[in-house]
Amino acid sequence: MEKELRLMKGNEAVAEAAIRAGTDGYFGYPITPQSEILEYLMEAKPYETTGMVVLQAESEVAAINMVYGGAACGKKVMTTSSSPGISLKQEGITYIAGAELPCLIVNVVRGGPGLGTIQPAQSDYFQATKGGGHGDYHLIVLAPASVQEMADFVELSFDLAFKYRNPVMMLSDGAIGQMMEKVWLSPQKERSKTVPGWATTGKPPTRERIIITSLDLDPNAQERFNQKLVAKYNEIREKEVRYEEFQLEDAEYILVAYGTSARVCQKSVQLARNEGIKVGLLRPITLFPFPSKRLNELAGKAKMMFSIEMSAGQMVEDVLLSVNGKVPVYHFGRMGGIVTAPEEVVEFLKSKIGG
Amino acid sequence: MAEVTGIKEIIKPENLVYKKTKLMTDKVLSYCPGCGHGTAHRILAEIIDEEGLQSETIGICPVGCSVLLYEFIDIDWQEAAHGRAPALATAIKRLLPEKFVFTYQGDGDLAAIGTAETIHACNRGENILIIFINNGIYGMTGGQMAPTTLPGMRSSTSPYGRDVKIMGNPLKMTDIVATLLGTYYVTRQSVHTPANVKKTKKAMRKAVQYQKLNKGTCFIEIVSNCPSNWKMTPVQSNKWMEENMFPYYPLGDLKIPAEQITQKTSNSEKND
Repeated sequence: MEKELRLMKGNEAVAEAAIRAGTDGYFGYPITPQSEILEYLMEAKPYETTGMVVLQAESEVAAINMVYGGAACGKKVMTTSSSPGISLKQEGITYIAGAELPCLIVNVVRGGPGLGTIQPAQSDYFQATKGGGHGDYHLIVLAPASVQEMADFVELSFDLAFKYRNPVMMLSDGAIGQMMEKVWLSPQKERSKTVPGWATTGKPPTRERIIITSLDLDPNAQERFNQKLVAKYNEIREKEVRYEEFQLEDAEYILVAYGTSARVCQKSVQLARNEGIKVGLLRPITLFPFPSKRLNELAGKAKMMFSIEMSAGQMVEDVLLSVNGKVPVYHFGRMGGIVTAPEEVVEFLKSKIGG
Repeated sequence: MAEVTGIKEIIKPENLVYKKTKLMTDKVLSYCPGCGHGTAHRILAEIIDEEGLQSETIGICPVGCSVLLYEFIDIDWQEAAHGRAPALATAIKRLLPEKFVFTYQGDGDLAAIGTAETIHACNRGENILIIFINNGIYGMTGGQMAPTTLPGMRSSTSPYGRDVKIMGNPLKMTDIVATLLGTYYVTRQSVHTPANVKKTKKAMRKAVQYQKLNKGTCFIEIVSNCPSNWKMTPVQSNKWMEENMFPYYPLGDLKIPAEQITQKTSNSEKND
């Protein structure tokens, strides 16, 4: 089977890619700007073809707990939402992390806090990368920057989720969710028939019963579990860092940007280079694990770094930690649902360079 | 010595009238003396064993006194967040429709924090069994007022008795779910006497059979006691339950399958 070329919205690409990846279950709740995902799935009726369960839950809270139940059966399950809905899901997400269950959560971010706006933003970076719910845990966080990546990262997310028994979040935004681009779709994969050994399936006499829980009342045992999680996160930091470099070879000034902001910054790099300023871009693809090592290497060669994000300055903290004082770091970006213009980035750059 | 030998003579398989239920583990129950949870667990374990469902069952534990239920019955378990068990059960049953799926939840879990999950799972008619232990109090956290605490009943957060003008009225969740089109069988039982244990066990056996028919949610409320937090002896607590809980939460079936109603009607017509 060959790949198929389609023109789609980012949200539709997630839905179609989910069906084609052989997802077992999708549980969602409508919220702008990502409702097309649930709408697309309901119209596609994959439960009649692949057998994929699609269910509109009574709330985001219920949807994420359905994901918990399905994941604990060893199934490929997912949910999608946007910022206020993702806040509601945090309880379920920390339980999923604590029970070491694999799943995919897509956040098509809109501006906040509170009800905020329905326009794109990148203000959920802290929530996505630092935990979000209570307790010591991390999600693996992927940041798609195109409709193509909205599709491709679905399968990548499931691969990583099952490899590490850890929830994976795709941190997108309203711009990527809503815009249309051409996208190459992978051929239909069959749903997996193999069941992981840790999953609840009903206890045969031949094995011990399986208990999926995040509870341990013995503090010594709980600490050992926390240490196990830390070791897992460190392995992820070691092995799963993904990023893309753009015109960094001779760059004196480095922009760091993900998702929509990375696309804006590609244009900013061109504009600045037209004026003779040697600028390059590093686009983190994984936000956890963050490409800290690479940024630290680059900091030795650069004069300044700029974290360009549609937020009040969240990823900039990770950039600062990465370079550890080697080079000055600045943050710039619009908020409230406004997408930063490439020219604004160049103006900010020039204001810091001087002259 | 003669006496000891005499006891050994008596303890012979043919003389045994009571033994440990096969699916109950050796773990010592974490419940207070006289609590109804242990009896409810035993009935559940017996039914799963007698129906040959151990390898087909996935149970969901609540948050509350029975949070460690997975340590007591030898089946596969998932531990839910407080109130979310019906959401887990929904996904499990839809992804594994051949399995027997049930939740076991207390009144705080099911009727307060999990109200939405309970009502919507029942309303969708998920083919699951919900077992609802109602003792009118939060046991695990130390006796706070529950959604089912009776008017005037004292608790650590209603120390002068539940004043319904300030704290609202007790919630009859079982009556509510009986009105929903998605429920197939809704009943309210207790486990405080041998006769009631038999009735509860019969209800659970029906629920197991009904789940195989895929006709909707089965919901069994067990009105129970909490000697520790009611600050009574086990015997006093059962008496108090009969005198105070049962009038507010009357035992019996609230909804039986439509087929049975038709059958009963046609039978009575014949009799007439």
